[in-house]
Amino acid sequence: MDKDREKFLAKTALEVRKDVVRTIGVANANHLASSLSVVEILVYLYWEVMRVDPQRPNWEGRDRLVFSKGHACPALYAVLARLGFFGREELWSYKRLGSMLQGHPEYRRTPGIDASSGSLGMGLGIAVGMALSLRLRKSASKVYCLLGDGEFQEGVVWESIMNASHYKLDNLTAIVDVNGCQMEGRIENISNLEPMEEKLEAFGWKVLSCDGHDLKELEKVFTEINMHKGSPTIILARTRPGKGLKKIEEGLLRPTEPVTRLLMEEALRELEAFDKAYFQEGEEQSG
Amino acid sequence: MDKKSSRDGFGKALCELGRLREDVVVVDADVATSTRTEGFRRAFNKRFFNVGIAEQEAVLVASGMALCGELPFVSSFAAFLTTRAYEQIRTCVAMPNLNVKLVGTHGGITVGEDGVTHQMTEDIALMRSLPNMKVFVASDFHSAAVLTLLLGEIQGPAYLRVGREPTPEIYKEDDKDFHPGAAKLLRPGDGVTICACGIMVHEALKAAAILGRQGINAEVLDCYCIKPLAVQQILASIRRTGCCVVAEEHNVIGGLGEAVARVISEEYPVPIRLVGVADRYGQSGTARELQEYYGLTYREIVGASAQVWALRRR
Repeated sequence: MDKDREKFLAKTALEVRKDVVRTIGVANANHLASSLSVVEILVYLYWEVMRVDPQRPNWEGRDRLVFSKGHACPALYAVLARLGFFGREELWSYKRLGSMLQGHPEYRRTPGIDASSGSLGMGLGIAVGMALSLRLRKSASKVYCLLGDGEFQEGVVWESIMNASHYKLDNLTAIVDVNGCQMEGRIENISNLEPMEEKLEAFGWKVLSCDGHDLKELEKVFTEINMHKGSPTIILARTRPGKGLKKIEEGLLRPTEPVTRLLMEEALRELEAFDKAYFQEGEEQSG
Repeated sequence: MDKKSSRDGFGKALCELGRLREDVVVVDADVATSTRTEGFRRAFNKRFFNVGIAEQEAVLVASGMALCGELPFVSSFAAFLTTRAYEQIRTCVAMPNLNVKLVGTHGGITVGEDGVTHQMTEDIALMRSLPNMKVFVASDFHSAAVLTLLLGEIQGPAYLRVGREPTPEIYKEDDKDFHPGAAKLLRPGDGVTICACGIMVHEALKAAAILGRQGINAEVLDCYCIKPLAVQQILASIRRTGCCVVAEEHNVIGGLGEAVARVISEEYPVPIRLVGVADRYGQSGTARELQEYYGLTYREIVGASAQVWALRRR
């Protein structure tokens, strides 16, 4: 990845981050921390990896993304809007009655959503079904599934892990947003999942780890995945909940805190300051 | 009389469907021999997926396949498929209205000797309460076969219940006239309307013969489609008979009985009695013993019919 491209992706991630804060702030909603932790992963996936066509969201030859950690959908919505799947102004109706953008992703209601999600632990199984079907149809499309780490506490995830490995689904890649957090606290204090890498390797998956906010590292693991054959691959992307906002990163604000107007403005100021310092640009005028 | 089980009818029709359509896939949770999807596995090995003893995963995989354009059939024992995977069915099949077909074999208590964990008298209630879901119950080998083919034709999620025990033949092989939202008029009459499904259809016909000798001319409907219910057919019948009995191999709570009772109480109230399992669990025993023990025979239908007939609306 050259410097310009990296800068473009970083800037895109920052703009997505701002939209996530606005989306959640306008709706007075929560899940800000978990939405911010997946931003770089989504940006890298949609701008560098996946073949999709915003003009034809149901194009058969597209790559699929099953967004298993459905509660973090503001990040996905912001990305899809930016790509042109729907107008950016839709973001401000997130969670409202009759809105295209539901509290959790809904198949058919939102262009670009390949599967409904929201109830945790179900996405990987759906992705396994997709991968099996695409292989049956000799399609070159790939299936990606983005999970939260807490989801692995759901037993059915391990059924899917076993199956994907049994069927040697090398057209399936799971990405785990390892932010270490769940609703009531830290994962290691509630029901520990580590050592994830060893467990998944023992189940027959090709496991890769990276910093989920580092675009260069994401590039490295996705390049490796492209070469890999014979088994499903999984990326353990270590992330920080609330990435980009000091208050959450430093633990001054609970990651699950609902976002008030005041908090939204404070967060936007922080992101703007970062924007000015690193990109020497002001706020984008659009939407 | 030639006796064949409805699960065999399902298995046979599934192979036929596999020949007709390339998009039919079968997802199994390691019970293919029992659910009779074994034949499909042998004929179309590439389109058959045994995901292991994992009903939840089976439904999720089917959901993903439907999202890519396949027509998946998920089959397992009714007791496991509809309960263990209920949330997967609700969230990943019914909610997104996906073209996934669920077939629960070993429905009811006539599973017999395997006992209470393998018997299932709550599946209709569970499936019926899901928006988008259509619910069918087969009453013999042939209706199971025709309903399986029908599942392939209709769009959206559907549940079909078939049974383990060989049952008497009710339909002739050339009878293909089954539709969503319809019921079969098996015996016309004007004394009492008997709505039945599954194994109770045969019992209802037997009861009707006895009632006939007592001067009560019973009309028997096979309500093979529980949802959407054959509302107009049922109402037309009770307007003539003025009373109704519903018989099913299911808990009296939440099944065909309550579905019919709702329609009747809203549209044209008449005396009604429900014959079914009285809100309790089964146990081991032969199928026939269990039918007698839990009150699922023609005798209960005759008794209930005599009661409502005496109170009938004129």
